[in-house]
Amino acid sequence: MVAGVDVGSTQTKAILLDEGRAIVGRALTDTGAHVVRAAERAFETALADAGVDAHDIGYVIGTGYGRYKVTFGDDQVTEISCHAKGASFVFPGTRTVLDIGGQDTKAIRIDARGEVLDFCMNDKCAAGTGRFLTAAADVMELSIDDIGPLSLEAQRPIQISNVCTVFVETEILSHVARGRKLPDVLAGVHRAIARRAVGLVRRVGLEPEYTFTGGVSRNPGMRHALEERLGTAPNASEESHYVGAIGAALFAWERVHAGAAAGASSATAAAGAGDAAGPGAPEPSHRPASNASP
Amino acid sequence: MGWVLGLDLGARTTKAVLIDPAGLESARAAETTGVFFQRASDAARARCCESAGIAPAEIEYVAATGYGRYQVPFRQVQITEITCHARGAVALFPRTGTVIDGGAQTTRCMKVAPNGRVRAFRQNDKCASGSGRFLERVAKALELELADLGPRALRAGDPCEISSICAVLAESEVINLVSQEKPTDDILAGAHHAITGRVAALVKPLKPEGEITLTGGCVHNPAFVRSLEAALGAPLNVSPGNEYAGALGAALLGRYRLMRVAA
Repeated sequence: MVAGVDVGSTQTKAILLDEGRAIVGRALTDTGAHVVRAAERAFETALADAGVDAHDIGYVIGTGYGRYKVTFGDDQVTEISCHAKGASFVFPGTRTVLDIGGQDTKAIRIDARGEVLDFCMNDKCAAGTGRFLTAAADVMELSIDDIGPLSLEAQRPIQISNVCTVFVETEILSHVARGRKLPDVLAGVHRAIARRAVGLVRRVGLEPEYTFTGGVSRNPGMRHALEERLGTAPNASEESHYVGAIGAALFAWERVHAGAAAGASSATAAAGAGDAAGPGAPEPSHRPASNASP
Repeated sequence: MGWVLGLDLGARTTKAVLIDPAGLESARAAETTGVFFQRASDAARARCCESAGIAPAEIEYVAATGYGRYQVPFRQVQITEITCHARGAVALFPRTGTVIDGGAQTTRCMKVAPNGRVRAFRQNDKCASGSGRFLERVAKALELELADLGPRALRAGDPCEISSICAVLAESEVINLVSQEKPTDDILAGAHHAITGRVAALVKPLKPEGEITLTGGCVHNPAFVRSLEAALGAPLNVSPGNEYAGALGAALLGRYRLMRVAA
């Protein structure tokens, strides 16, 4: 078995895959301020979900913004590569990936094998990211899970004129103060994010099928706003939120199988994996380590 | 020649300056803008009238500026903030060659002629980095009053580095620094350096000349002033009245227009 741990700015996801690359365990937890502990917690929860222990896991790959905080991992892979691989696995027809996470948004163009051809990302500004939605929910005193469904009830969506999340909060308040209906305001907010996200997608080139990943992919209002803007609905499913972790686990699976193919005598395969233990000697590095951060 | 009121409807605070028939400043007032601009402008006008002992109807001319200038129903004219801050800054500090206005949502820099006329300007009103909102977010994240930030930042021993440009992402960075148990004063100093770094980046391409006068709400924050002086390598003209530079400029420009109409 192998594991992928995706430490996002907001949430940490873990996925366990068996020999046949079927998902056998998963976990989702808030990242919070203690990133090392969040990674450990997600891994342990996924182990419990699968009913196995750390010794059963042959290889762990960390990805996401906190990938170097996966202290028990064997290696790290960027979230760009992991989202590409994961999206291609979950939806094999994927050629464009749109990942909207808590603090960054990425558009990735991939080939039929899930390899990255081009990508473009925004991690400098909260506009067009999940933080924009959280800020809107907070200022309207609504739950982040409710705003998507509520936005679908809009009749006359407002037009958001600001880009900056901070200024949009003020803009939302003034619309609410002037008596605009919450669904109309929320639909405007979702459209504003879709506009930013689609801008990124167009820069890498939109090629069908496109797959929506990351935490925001669970939001039906966001899927609707993307469909409105692009004319077609994105691929999205229950797995979409876990795509980065799935991709990481797939890389882990490949490492194990590449190692097996090269044979146990090949020391270079293990050395290539960096300072972590190679596929031949998995056990020591798999126990969640102490809180020593890199 | 009658009374003239200058109103500056900022994103956070509405400022008013009342000029008497002799052309001297008679009263000033500041009110929180909130979401209803008209309420803020009514309240600021009422307070100026009260302290000058006149009725609102006695005001002959009202010039509005600021983000909400079109929302003042009793205005005779609206003038851009750029023009008004330049005029007001020169009235306050006659040797001003450059004006930096640090407001709640907008940061701008103007190079001005001795008569207060704007020669060149740059501004950022698209993004909260470098604006007062940035510090408001930091205050919120640390559960502090805005007024306490500056004095505390000045006490920092080892300022933290804040790398986010975006105010929202900086807020998360601040929370992470708190969880790493960094001293609050050090975090605050880092936040001030981050914001003044953005302001300096806006100002420098204009190649500031002459005395530099700082206007806007940021003049109340001593750490902001000191950090910006360090970033620019030049002293800044600061006084508590500088927050009213926009309203003062509007009043002076309004009075000038009224004189021309009368002539």
